[in-house]
Formats: sequence, structure tokens, C-alpha cells
Amino acid sequence: MPALLELICPAGSLPALKAAVDGGADGVYLGFKNNTNARNFSGLNFDDAAIAAGVDYAHGKGRKVLLALNTYPQPGEVARWQQAVDRAAELKLDAVILADPGLMAYAVKRHPDLRLHLSVQGSATSYEAINFYRERFNIQRAVLPRVLSLAQVETVASNTEVELELFGFGGLCVMVEGRCLLSSYATGDSPNTCGVCSPAHAVRWQQTPKGMESRLNGVLIDRYADDEKAGYPTLCKGRFEVQGETYYALEEPTSLNTLALLPEMARLGIAAIKIEGRQRSPAYVAQVTGVWRAAIDAVKRDAEAYRVEPAWHSQLDRVSEGSMHTLGAYYRPWK
Amino acid sequence: MKLSLGPLLYYWSREDTFAFYEAAAGWPVDAVYLGETVCSRRHTLRLPDWFSLAEKLAAAGKAVVLSSQALIESESDLKQLRKIARNGRFLVEANDFGAVRLLAEAGVPFVAGPTLNAYNPDTLALLHELGAVRWVPPVEMPARMLAAMPVPAGMATELFAYGRLPLAFSARCFTARHYNLQKDDCQFKCLDHPDGLTLRTREGAAFLTLNGIQTQSARIYSLAHRLDELRAAGVTWLRLSPQSQRMAQVVAVFHELITGTLAPAEAPARLARLMPGEPCDGYWLGQAGLDWQPERAAALQS
Repeated sequence: MPALLELICPAGSLPALKAAVDGGADGVYLGFKNNTNARNFSGLNFDDAAIAAGVDYAHGKGRKVLLALNTYPQPGEVARWQQAVDRAAELKLDAVILADPGLMAYAVKRHPDLRLHLSVQGSATSYEAINFYRERFNIQRAVLPRVLSLAQVETVASNTEVELELFGFGGLCVMVEGRCLLSSYATGDSPNTCGVCSPAHAVRWQQTPKGMESRLNGVLIDRYADDEKAGYPTLCKGRFEVQGETYYALEEPTSLNTLALLPEMARLGIAAIKIEGRQRSPAYVAQVTGVWRAAIDAVKRDAEAYRVEPAWHSQLDRVSEGSMHTLGAYYRPWK
Repeated sequence: MKLSLGPLLYYWSREDTFAFYEAAAGWPVDAVYLGETVCSRRHTLRLPDWFSLAEKLAAAGKAVVLSSQALIESESDLKQLRKIARNGRFLVEANDFGAVRLLAEAGVPFVAGPTLNAYNPDTLALLHELGAVRWVPPVEMPARMLAAMPVPAGMATELFAYGRLPLAFSARCFTARHYNLQKDDCQFKCLDHPDGLTLRTREGAAFLTLNGIQTQSARIYSLAHRLDELRAAGVTWLRLSPQSQRMAQVVAVFHELITGTLAPAEAPARLARLMPGEPCDGYWLGQAGLDWQPERAAALQS
């Protein structure tokens, strides 16, 4: 039977992985401690010992482990990414999540049995693009950028054999993943090459007479009045001025939350729902995994009777960025 | 070294667009990229208009390339893309792997655009094998990374060398958002901003440019003063990105530069008077893109 609404949860550490597995995730995704993945943050991710322990734990309970290798290898360093693919095959991981076609070619040649997923960082938004990766590299699943409406997702789904994975909850990229260079424009480090966005080393906070200021490499991203809660200066979620008006010109500091869309996603045959947040704590992972497990079980039991429980929202609100939720691009007027 | 006029990233009236390309037919550029690459709602020129412009520019001796949309969302986007890929006459720039699939299937040569994310030799070789005869590196690629790329024989490197940097694409239209309009009812506000809409920090520094669903730098990327480094890194084409005013003079400066009548060190002063904003060259140096350090030499080796 094809996969349907598998719950794929983030694991930035071994405790987070255990929290996801214990909370009912069907699979976890994780990365190595270097720039081969798009959450290359200090104190995060897995070394060899941790990954082996994590795989034992998850596989022992019948859950999947997916390895994110979703940054772009660069000349002179390609071997680091290739070795990571080799390691994934040795560890018998359930899939590797790749963005770079060159790396996919390597994976297919060396490890024909290794399952490949197309990362959201691969920026594939149409079935023509997804079918390119299918024909060339036999990818089994594609994670769609958070730019398509559900009607557009349906068109993709009906024109490809590739399983689709959609983001369900967590930090929201307003830009097409893999095609956003805002971070390197301001700081020199981008998601594509360094696996970071708005990196912590470039962040400065300063209390000023005008309020608390957050800067990225000197660029003022936002300024907070005393009664406002200051947020992390993610570049696209700052307040800027355009033609004399100051506002969240690109995106508010919101989280994506698509609980309300689950029945529709089930109808479209979406293979998996991805929860964002490898940089978040094990407590966050536990909380979010629990809610989404309950919701997916409910929709699978009876999609017509499915209702979003108020308790789910309140549990998610406690852990969300900015405590605001959006349906993002799945809901057309957001655009 | 050759010059290309990159695709028009903004939305201009039909008259202004035709006037621009009529003038461009007389400029000393070797290639002209035509077509809408940013937003499918823009329609002052339809595909047949672009094709007829292509014929005119080809008749004027320009190598014409039809560029394609970077963000493909709908079935009608795909229809448009197929018409471009199967035009049977002009070279096409692929800005998405959906376009690569169609062009490889048609068995025609193509230009691999900057949003294909060719960051390493294996991916570049794959694109070459699929039919790419020219490639445009991601705009953030530094000199030392480009210099380390073994470019397949028969493939040329074209670098984005002048203009506001295309930095990001979104499903959301930020110009419509600024006017509190839905994207589906944007009233084509982009027409009012022929060089985009400047986004400033809360202390007034010009930071980014809103151009519909595309976000650009506010600064003008300019590598004219780095001609020797560009040559050393294997670049054989310089892409100049259109701006609404003084584009002819910008092209003239680059032409003087590559023909040796203008010293690279003198280019920044000449261009400063022609730019719609402050310059930057940080990406080439491997720094923040917005940096401007014209005196500093780029590392060409790791």
C-alpha cells in the first residue's frame, strides 16, 4: 500500500529523536554535524555514535530514519557529501533527502538500493521538475516548497508517480526554498552553501533609547518597543520601511499550521507530512509530534468527521514562533 | 569577453518595453535575453510579441536567448514553458529543472540559468550532458569557487556582472502586499515601479528591492572593476541586467572595458553616475553580498 500521511518529525539531537519516536512519529529526519545539511547550527545534529544509537532506537520501534543532505556540495569538498551518502547506506537509513543533482547521480551509481527523496531545497514546484528527478535518479518522494496552493498540489499529484511530502507545521519560509539568497546577501552565509539562514554568529542585540534592536551583520532587522516581545532576527520576518510605511514587508513572524487541511491532504494522497524544527528542543518535538499523531489518526479514522480540536491549537500555540499561525500558500489569499 | 543583456526583470508598459529593445538592437551587446522570468500575471507583452522582438533583434545581429520563468506554479505556466522550450528557432535559458527536462527531451542546446543551482562540477557536467552550452553560476558564487569549477569543454561561463541581484522568489507578491492587494487582483502595481520598490531598514538604509514575487538587492552588483579576475576565473560572458534609465550608457562603459579603452580601475567612477543605487561586489569576494570593497582583490584559490 502506498504511504499515506506518514508523520515525519525533526530530530536535532538524540533526545529529540527519542521524543519524536515516543510521541508517534512514523519517521524522523536528521543531519550530520556539518554543512551537508540545512540546519548547520552549533550544538545541533548527530555525530557517528549518536546517529548509530538513533537508528537503533527508531528501527527498534519500527520507525524510519531519513538523513537530510540538502545543501549543495562545492568544488573541492564534494567528498564530504559523498561520504555522508556512503554512511547513510552503511547505516541502512530509510532514505537520504537530497537537493543536488550531482549528488543524486553519485548516490544512484554507488548505492542503487538507497532510497532518494528530493529535498525542499531542490525547489521543484512542478511535475515536470519532479519527473526530471524521477527519470534521472529514480527519486521516490519529493518535498514540495511552501509555495503551492492545494489546487496546485493536486495538479502535481495527478501528474507524477513520485510520492509527495508537504510541510505541515513549524517555521515558515516565505521564499522558495533553495532559491533564497537573502541570508548570504546580508551575512555571507546562505542555506544553499552553508546550511544556515540568518546565522546566529551574525546576530547582535542592543538596547537603545528607541527600543531593543536586532541586527544581522549590522543590518537593522527590527526594533521592539518595551511592550513588544523581541523575536529572533530571521531576515524575512523583520519590519522594514517601504514608501514611508513600516511593516512586516515580507512576512510576519508566524508559524505554518495546516491541521485544518489534513482531510484535503488525505484526499490528495499526500504520502507524508513534515514537521519543521530540527533546531527546536526535545520538549517542542514531543508536544508537536503528539498533537499531529492524534490529528492524523483522527483523519485516517474518519476524514468526514474530522475536526481540529481546540486543545490541539492551544498545545501548539505554546511552542509556536510568534504564537501566530497561518495556512501559508496552501490558502490562496495568503499570496 | 562578450556582453549579454539579461532578461528584463521588471514590468514595463508595452511602449517602454518595445522602445527599450529597439534601442538595444543598436547597443554593442552580443546576446539579448528576452521573455518574462518573474511573474505569469505580467502580460503587456505576450509570447508572440517576444517572438517578434526576437526576430527583430536577430535581424540586427544579436544572438537571442528566450529566457523562462524561475518559479513554475500552474499548468498555464507549464504551457508557456513548453511553447518556449519547443520554439524550434532560438536558444532557451532554463531557470528551473522542469525546463531542463523539456529541453533535454527536445534534444536542443540551452543556457543553464542562475537558479538551477549549479554549485559543483558533477552538477555542471550533468547539465552539459543534458545539452547546456552555457551556464550562469548562482549569483552568490564567489571567485574562488568559480575558479575551482572545471567547466566542461564546449561550455561557456556567463556571470551576472551588473544590476540589482535577483535574490529570492516567493509565491507571495510583495508589491501587491505593499498595496494591501491580493496577488490575484494586484492591479499590476509593478507597472508603477520600473526599477522595483525600495525596502529600507528602520534607520533608512536601502536594503532590498521588491519586484513582485521577486526580491532583489537594493544595491547594484557591479564587477566591472574586476575584469582581470573575471577573465582569470574563466568567465567569457558578462550579463548586464536591464534598468529603466541610462542602460545604453552602462552598456557603453562595459563595451569600452572589454575592448580595452577603459581601464577597469576607472569603471566604478563612470558607473556610479549611471546606477540607480549604491554599488556592491561582496559576493565575488566571498563576503556578504551587500559589501562594497573595490580595492580588495578576490581570492582565486582556496
